[in-house]
Amino acid sequence: MVNDKVPEIHTAQAEPRVEPLATDGQPSAPEKAPENAPEISPVRRFLMGRGNSAFADSVFHWLMVLCALCIFGIVALIVWQLVVASQPSWHKFGFKFFYQAFVDPDTHQPMFWDPVNERFSALPFIYGTLVSSLLALLMAVPLAVGVAIFLTEMCPRVLRGPLAFMTELLAAIPSIIYGMWAVFVLVPVLREHVNPLLIHSLGWTGLFSDDNPTGLGFLAAGVILAVMILPIISSLTREVMTAVPHSQREAVLALGATRWEMIRMGVLRNARIGIVGGIMLGLGRALGETMAVTMVIGNTPEIHRSLLSNGSSMAAVIANEFAEAVSNMHLSALIEIGLALFIVTIIVNALAQLLVWAVTRGTPSQVH
Amino acid sequence: MSRDEFKIRYNMRVLTDHTITALAILATLIVIAPLLLIFGQVIYKGASSLNLAFFIRSPKPVGEMGGGMANAILGSGIMLGVASAIGVPIGIGGGIFLAEFGRGTKFANAIRFTADVLNGVPSIVMGLAIYSLIVIPQHHFSALSGGVALGIMMIPTVCRTTEEMLLMVPHAVREAALGLGVPNWRSVLSITVKTASPGIITGCMLAFARVAGETAPLIFTALGNQFWSASLDQPIAALPLQIYVYALSPYDDWHRLAWAGSLVLIVLIVLAVSLVRFVTSRGVLKGAS
Repeated sequence: MVNDKVPEIHTAQAEPRVEPLATDGQPSAPEKAPENAPEISPVRRFLMGRGNSAFADSVFHWLMVLCALCIFGIVALIVWQLVVASQPSWHKFGFKFFYQAFVDPDTHQPMFWDPVNERFSALPFIYGTLVSSLLALLMAVPLAVGVAIFLTEMCPRVLRGPLAFMTELLAAIPSIIYGMWAVFVLVPVLREHVNPLLIHSLGWTGLFSDDNPTGLGFLAAGVILAVMILPIISSLTREVMTAVPHSQREAVLALGATRWEMIRMGVLRNARIGIVGGIMLGLGRALGETMAVTMVIGNTPEIHRSLLSNGSSMAAVIANEFAEAVSNMHLSALIEIGLALFIVTIIVNALAQLLVWAVTRGTPSQVH
Repeated sequence: MSRDEFKIRYNMRVLTDHTITALAILATLIVIAPLLLIFGQVIYKGASSLNLAFFIRSPKPVGEMGGGMANAILGSGIMLGVASAIGVPIGIGGGIFLAEFGRGTKFANAIRFTADVLNGVPSIVMGLAIYSLIVIPQHHFSALSGGVALGIMMIPTVCRTTEEMLLMVPHAVREAALGLGVPNWRSVLSITVKTASPGIITGCMLAFARVAGETAPLIFTALGNQFWSASLDQPIAALPLQIYVYALSPYDDWHRLAWAGSLVLIVLIVLAVSLVRFVTSRGVLKGAS
């Protein structure tokens, strides 16, 4: 115990705990002149003999505050480091870094990323990140909402636990393993079966052109990202759907609605803000996902309309080139891409948190 | 509305209901399919190539058969040790603050929000920040920087699970401790935290398992190494990094090792996730009330 703090025995912090025990005598008297108080109860004397913990308590309190502040500090440090390290590229290219294009002197084709001549533009990577993430959302959102509806509203109780556990597991698999599975299983399947079908049936749209025989590219990245963000979206959707009060469901059912009408009017309508939040959280994860995308997107800094072409994404180009980059400008340009990625994911995540928070705290899911 | 018209409409509604039910079941099956496929593939390929040599040998040069990933396992172990030494105390401290001291205050809400934001920071960006924070001043890649990057990634998970677990501890337990004259710090550490310890420990394990599979922040902090190294100051191998390099290599023998490594990682993660589920669903904490 703390025995070094006896002199401070009657500080304000110690008082509230001690006071209720000293039931006999005047409770306010010891506060004024404790030494001269004539009668001190045995309980009180025992407690006084135990010493005072005000100092230890405040040390402990501030220690915990320090730990909490560390979290602030870390985020600030990350931002500071990225801002400082990306200065050279920012000074050279300015805001044009995010949309400019150069012309290749030999082929007269537009080009974006030229480490040899130190000319950099983030445009193809922004494009790749957006295309692959949006493709992933397009595939994942309907499935995830379907799973959430099944698990919360339709599923027999016996199946609910195991199925929820399986979707959780899906969220915990490391992205490197998704990447490996994509390289060895998914890409061959796409190459042999899916891509020819898409080219044959939808080739006229221009989105599926027949110029990349590898099977790598935006589509492969989108599919693997969809698998990876599914569990996040579905578990959050499940959470906000269970937060909808039962009376809503009962009211709609009492009016003679079928189960789907109950889900549509009673549940989805009330949970829609939270579902959007879940989708945005999934988007945040898709934007920053690195390894699986790097392994299947093809890693060429080009912009193609076709979803079957090779491309690259912001995270993928960093993972791919950073360790080998030699010139300072190259490093700085990559760090600037990282900073942009950081800012975008923070905005997306913060918005998503706010939306989910708004629903699960209960306020907006009242009757409209 | 005539009786027939009503009947048709009613049938349409029932039909829609059944269609949606079928679609929801289909969606669930489609979602479960990749999980089973991935697990099947990893177990099938991994189990057939996992042997003792995997755990005790270091990699052979290209072209020679055999070899293992012992140096990568050691490297992962060292970096995860560093990561836990950083992430667990700060995370638990932050969680204690959120649950015991700052409950309901604006400051605590801001911390909670920052922790959630930190959780969403792409791991590759974490690697970039640590690169410019540690690797540039040191002028070389090192195990220490990899460990720090992983440690920072552990903090938000540990912090939030600690907070959630502490909030589950009934108030009566705290009041009983304070009523006996136990100092507040003592009451928090040996009563509240101890009551919630199964949950906190599993939260730490979950964070541990998550960062054990992280590759992106290690590419340019730990870099990887083909040889034995246990020094904090040198580039070091790590299991996920080795899997990445081997999976993209053109050699079948290396693919085999990569699958075996994936199996080891997956087993670690399934264990951690099942444990978390076991602890939270059985309500170990409720025994305290």
